Amino acid sequence: MTTMTDEILLSVRGLHTWYELKKWGFFHAGYVRAVDGVSFDLRRGEALTVVGESGSGKTSLLKTILGLAPITKGQIIFAGQQLDGRGKSLAWLRSQVGFVQQDPYGALPPFMNVRKILLEPMLINKFGTPAEREQRIREVLEEVRLVPVSDFLTKFPHMLSGGQQQRLVIARALVLRPSLIVADEPVSMLDASVRVEILELMRRIQKAHQLGVIYITHDLSTVRYFSERVFIMYAAKVVEKADVREIIHNTLHPYTKALLAAIPDPDPENANRYRDVPPGEPPSLVKPPSGCRFHPRCPVRIEGLCEKEEPPAFEPFRDHQVECWLYRT
Amino acid sequence: MSDITATAKNEQGMVNAVDSKDDYLLRVKDLCLHFRTTKGIVQAVDGVSFELKRRRSVAILGESGCGKTSLARAILRLLPRNVHKFTGEVWLNGTDVMKMSDEWFRQNVRWVKASMVSQAAMNALNPVLRVGYQVAEPLMIHLHMSKEQALQRAREMFRLVGVPEDFLHRYAFELSGGMRQRAILAMALVTRPDLIVLDEPTSALDMLTQANIFNALKDIKRQFDVGFILITHDISTSSDLADEVIIMYAGQLVEHSLAQTGYRAPLHPYARGLMASVPTLREDKRLEFIPGQPPSLISPPSGCRFAPRCPQRFERCAQEPPTFRVGEHGELVKCWLYAKD
Ligand SMILES: Nc1ncnc2c1ncn2[C@@H]1O[C@H](COP(=O)(O)OP(=O)(O)OP(=O)(O)O)[C@@H](O)[C@H]1O
Ligand SMILES: Nc1ncnc2c1ncn2[C@@H]1O[C@H](COP(=O)(O)OP(=O)(O)OP(=O)(O)O)[C@@H](O)[C@H]1O
Ligand SMILES: [Mg+2]
Ligand SMILES: [Mg+2]
Repeated sequence: MTTMTDEILLSVRGLHTWYELKKWGFFHAGYVRAVDGVSFDLRRGEALTVVGESGSGKTSLLKTILGLAPITKGQIIFAGQQLDGRGKSLAWLRSQVGFVQQDPYGALPPFMNVRKILLEPMLINKFGTPAEREQRIREVLEEVRLVPVSDFLTKFPHMLSGGQQQRLVIARALVLRPSLIVADEPVSMLDASVRVEILELMRRIQKAHQLGVIYITHDLSTVRYFSERVFIMYAAKVVEKADVREIIHNTLHPYTKALLAAIPDPDPENANRYRDVPPGEPPSLVKPPSGCRFHPRCPVRIEGLCEKEEPPAFEPFRDHQVECWLYRT
Repeated sequence: MSDITATAKNEQGMVNAVDSKDDYLLRVKDLCLHFRTTKGIVQAVDGVSFELKRRRSVAILGESGCGKTSLARAILRLLPRNVHKFTGEVWLNGTDVMKMSDEWFRQNVRWVKASMVSQAAMNALNPVLRVGYQVAEPLMIHLHMSKEQALQRAREMFRLVGVPEDFLHRYAFELSGGMRQRAILAMALVTRPDLIVLDEPTSALDMLTQANIFNALKDIKRQFDVGFILITHDISTSSDLADEVIIMYAGQLVEHSLAQTGYRAPLHPYARGLMASVPTLREDKRLEFIPGQPPSLISPPSGCRFAPRCPQRFERCAQEPPTFRVGEHGELVKCWLYAKD
């Protein structure tokens, strides 16, 4: 392993991920612009959360980083190497990045037992000797608290609860000692009572091993249990970036404000008041609105500007960026 | 609080002064729904009793698999084939609908008096019929309205739930998920039932759409004489509609409180654990979780079903199933901690 690298583990520059739509006759039907100009740096050992609505492009962003979706435009530099999504660099990347899928129930092969599930990636990547592999299986199971390990080794996924299955998925993501973990909605399929347990587990592991982690969720209220830095995604773009407390207490983007207004805390008073959220629906990613993508729903849009020009990133407060014309300087 | 306590009084053999049926939209007594499977009998709903006054809404909360959907299906008699046991009383507007024949129930109760928006209903719209027609259909079938009248009513419902009127003429695949969900809601509302059961009505939708739909539900609640049963995993969102809270655990009801108690100061140790595990956006709180997992519904523990995971269990809990107790503010709680004897 090369620990001599720069501090930046992952650098994403002007990334675009477009999916081509099926052609209708001789028409070209266009593209789904699932990721449309996203840039950020992730340092070694840093945890980052991406929050966005369903269909905003979160999974596509992760898949592109993992080489599972095409880079239409832009660059991804991982541990100093530019990824081209091909052959050798792809194999190397997959050994370096652990993936926790959106759906724990579909992520685990039903006919393999726990030991086999964890062994498989090590065999594929020629990790260690047989004894080292067995040792590693025990280590990761202990790390995700599937203990006593011997009780779990021979179990099949269907014998595990949802929470235990998700621990196993996390164990599998860790088994090759990656430097980056990407987790796509790792807890949204789980009950509230186990969600926090899993998030705290992930955070503990992240800190213990100085892992870079990108956590993706639609649920802003879970963010602070996992990371400091958060990105808000809307319609394929990252519209606001800041620390989670800053986002909640000094919300800048009108979309983020709407999102916060839409998220209830459990409070009996909620039933007596309406939520102040703009009407409408997220836009099409095939023909996104001109200018700012939120302008058709935005209660404070600037006529003549917001519908015409795409806002660049402004930084009205230190380490707090926002793509909104209200903050132009 | 008398609205909640009647069941408890009945259970404890106390006199329930006037049986003012008409105040109650729904009274469920000792409802059981068990399923037959190759592994044994699944006690999905096991002795559930509760009451709901007119125009009130109750959230039914609990972990995945605790029997929420089964309870709703039992109330609306939407049963699968492998029913092993289906017993108890379901009084809707003062009539025990359990005594009705299936045919009568289908003709005169389901859709007419009580309707349901099922989990993942979004995908349940008929792809070859225009959505406006689908929303109007129950009116023609059950209330024998003319097509014009029915479509007119459908149009009103669309407006109420926030679907643009011209969407009446569209097909389901031409609608976004949020619009489809609203159309389903319009369908459940169109016959003006007294009771609407919403099973995870918005969990597949984005937060803003979800908030918009809940705003529409609040409007409907204000305008019509309708009560809601809201079933959801999402405890925070449930507080947007709920006047009362029911907590289920392993096929049984363990607590029934007004929202004030239910969200802020629940009594049952399971309810407390569950509420303490809900992340909050605005409040800085240390989250807790409940170690262990719910029991098998095929062979649940004999005493209190939560006892094996309960931080406050004592001997009695493993021995005898607890009966309902009435809390200080009239809450119903099934837990030996509240036994005064
Ligand atoms: N392989 C694909 N081909 C075409 N379109 C796609 C493909 N994968 C995703 N999309 C589209 O790209 C957009 C973004 O999808 P993506 O799965 O990244 O969203 P998401 O933010 O992860 O949503 P969710 O929260 O629902 O998982 C959506 O409109 C989706 O329909
Ligand atoms: N038709 C059926 N046959 C056998 N078992 C069933 C059937 N339907 C439901 N069950 C079982 O009954 C129990 C309760 O299921 P139910 O769907 O009511 O739970 P739920 O609380 O709605 O869960 P979720 O929150 O996941 O929707 C579960 O153990 C489930 O597997
Ligand atoms: Mg996704
Ligand atoms: Mg259910």
